[in-house]
Amino acid sequence: MYCFMSNILLWSLVILGILGGVAAVILFFVAKKFKVEENPLIDEVESVLAGANCGGCGFAGCRNFAEACVKAAAEKQSLAGLNCPSSDMTKVAGILGLTATVAEPMIAVVRCNGTCENAPSKVHYEGADICGFANTLYAGENGCPNGCLGLGDCVKKCQFNALHINEETGLPEVDEDKCVGCGACAKACPRGVIEIRAKGKNNRRVYVACNNVEKGAIAMKNCKVSCIGCQKCFKTCPFEAIEMRGNLAYIDFTKCKQCRKCVEACPRGSIHEVNFPPRKPKAEAPVEEKTAEKIVEQPNESKE
Amino acid sequence: MNPIKTFPKGGVHPEENKLSSDQPIITFEIPKQVIIPLGQCLGAPAEPIVAKGDKVKVGQLIATAKGFISANVHSSVSGTVNKIDEVMDHTGYRKPAIFIDVEGDEWLEGIDTSNTLVKDITLTSEEIIERIKQHGIVGLGGATFPTYVKLMIPKDKKAEYVIINAAECEPYLTCDNRLLLEKPYEFLVGVKVIMKAVNAPKGVVGIEVNKMDAAKMLDEIVKKDKYFEGIEIQPLKTKYPQGGEKQLIKSVTGREVPSGKLPIETGCVVVNVASTFAIYEAVQKNKPLVYRVVTVTGKSVKKPSNFLTRIGTPANMLIEAAGGLPEDTANLINGGPMMGKSVSVTTFPTIKGTSGILMLNEKDAQPRKVSNCIRCGKCMQACPMGLEPYLLNRLARQNNFEETEKHNIMDCIECGSCEFTCPANIPLADYIRYGKNKTGQLIRSRNQK
Repeated sequence: MYCFMSNILLWSLVILGILGGVAAVILFFVAKKFKVEENPLIDEVESVLAGANCGGCGFAGCRNFAEACVKAAAEKQSLAGLNCPSSDMTKVAGILGLTATVAEPMIAVVRCNGTCENAPSKVHYEGADICGFANTLYAGENGCPNGCLGLGDCVKKCQFNALHINEETGLPEVDEDKCVGCGACAKACPRGVIEIRAKGKNNRRVYVACNNVEKGAIAMKNCKVSCIGCQKCFKTCPFEAIEMRGNLAYIDFTKCKQCRKCVEACPRGSIHEVNFPPRKPKAEAPVEEKTAEKIVEQPNESKE
Repeated sequence: MNPIKTFPKGGVHPEENKLSSDQPIITFEIPKQVIIPLGQCLGAPAEPIVAKGDKVKVGQLIATAKGFISANVHSSVSGTVNKIDEVMDHTGYRKPAIFIDVEGDEWLEGIDTSNTLVKDITLTSEEIIERIKQHGIVGLGGATFPTYVKLMIPKDKKAEYVIINAAECEPYLTCDNRLLLEKPYEFLVGVKVIMKAVNAPKGVVGIEVNKMDAAKMLDEIVKKDKYFEGIEIQPLKTKYPQGGEKQLIKSVTGREVPSGKLPIETGCVVVNVASTFAIYEAVQKNKPLVYRVVTVTGKSVKKPSNFLTRIGTPANMLIEAAGGLPEDTANLINGGPMMGKSVSVTTFPTIKGTSGILMLNEKDAQPRKVSNCIRCGKCMQACPMGLEPYLLNRLARQNNFEETEKHNIMDCIECGSCEFTCPANIPLADYIRYGKNKTGQLIRSRNQK
């Protein structure tokens, strides 16, 4: 009995071994014959990319982006217009023998501060936990039709684990170290609450943390910190960086010089400053002198 | 009367709770101010043609339809236009509306406000459809699809049946039932008008057997009077969604509407009871759609009632008249409990599509604990369209809208039977609605290319 079993074992090993050998030989020749010639640079470029397939570059995935980079390097000798927000473009350029112009780092900014305290809930929502669906049903638990719904479509979309919903406030929070500014969350948000802004000098930013477009009186009822379109910041800004989009002030981050005058001017506290050192009473005097002339011009423009 | 019929596939039977079925329709007082939203139908909102300070009369056109799928809006009161502003509707979003301060009750000339029954249909088919269009009639069951579009039969098709949806399968709602009981002659003349408009030889009134009193009464009238020849009363099994357009056609004629096609493919035109009554008033009495019957109900409501309400009356007035908002109200719903939508404010104006205002008490509205799908397949048995709700739910959550399209998500009628029957309490209908919405966008963007 033992002998018979070992025979079976032996035979199966031999037969499978031979089969394996034959298949290996066939596969070897097939692989040679049908080999796809690919630029080895593509693999190299892909290896330095983040590999998250976040779509921040505008391509379907990291592989497609790597292919585009290699193609652009071969044809145009430049990487103009190609930027991966989540990895080091200098490395990519190094592999391709080019010098990369480093794009300004971007970050996701949540333009809503309608926390449970600032904008108390009037109704209670039960149903599918998809912002895109809730948006079609109703205005929101606090009644604001432009604010964050807090169901986390953005969190689900983030490939870098950089967003989470704060249980206390009910709003998404961005982890500055992890966020690469790919923009997946901004696309996912049905109300455009999340905006991709420049990270700013020394990682400092000034932005309007509100997305409201309704009239001031209505916005006031819904939320304690809503932008009511009073234009105070618009008139205060010495650099013409603030524009009024209907009833909402918007700070253009390409023009903002981070003087923070608007933060002080805002009667509603809806303009946020991030990562600034604590204020010193007279630290900003020199900025005022420089821009005194422009302040005079501003009111006329706003009337037009 | 014919034997009881029903549709073969799926369906559920929720508690009926027709609390207000014995309550006669009360003509509701005209409020001091009405708010008439411009978007009262499926499709584009109407465009206002009056300005602040204008004097208007009841039945006067105040906003004209914009586009093919859109409906005219008429003033439901006489008075002065206070302003054209935005009003918070039942969703909580602000929508444009016309505010009218009421002064007296003066109707526009040419409108017959008497109660006499007008039986002779003098208008031709085209004239009837044109009048329905002019008078802003939409589907009053809740979908608010412009009725004239439904009645315009394509040249290569022929309408065989006019099916009147008197099933009223939604629990709690009784507005159609009361209308049948109190205005049977007007209703039946309305059926005749539609039959003439689409040139159909047969009219069938599909009615659930829990409203046998109305069915028997209509049957007697039809059999007594030669004038109503061609109209049949068809009792249907009490089963939700018996009043779904496709289900009703299947129940009555045994025909199935092909996927993605309109009911006219089967030679049927389906119209709701309230719309039929509105059509009678528009065609025979030249009266635009300025009021409708609204059921205000709920288990804890003191006086569940049916109110004949002018369009634009704030909902909180109706709630007050029904005994006020009960203290244990946990959920206020615009429409019925199955397909209606929860509202965030009580002050929303009633519009053409408001068939009911339902106040669910805490016990009934209690959130049920959602657990994981156990693959029991109950949702598949309940789906009247033969879809696989559990699968559509999963695919919609994965945002896989190419796959949802393959699994016929666009055939979903959003009846909510799957969610009702789910033992794991998964909000299936919500996810499927979301998936349907997104799949629709996908299909539209592909068609544009």
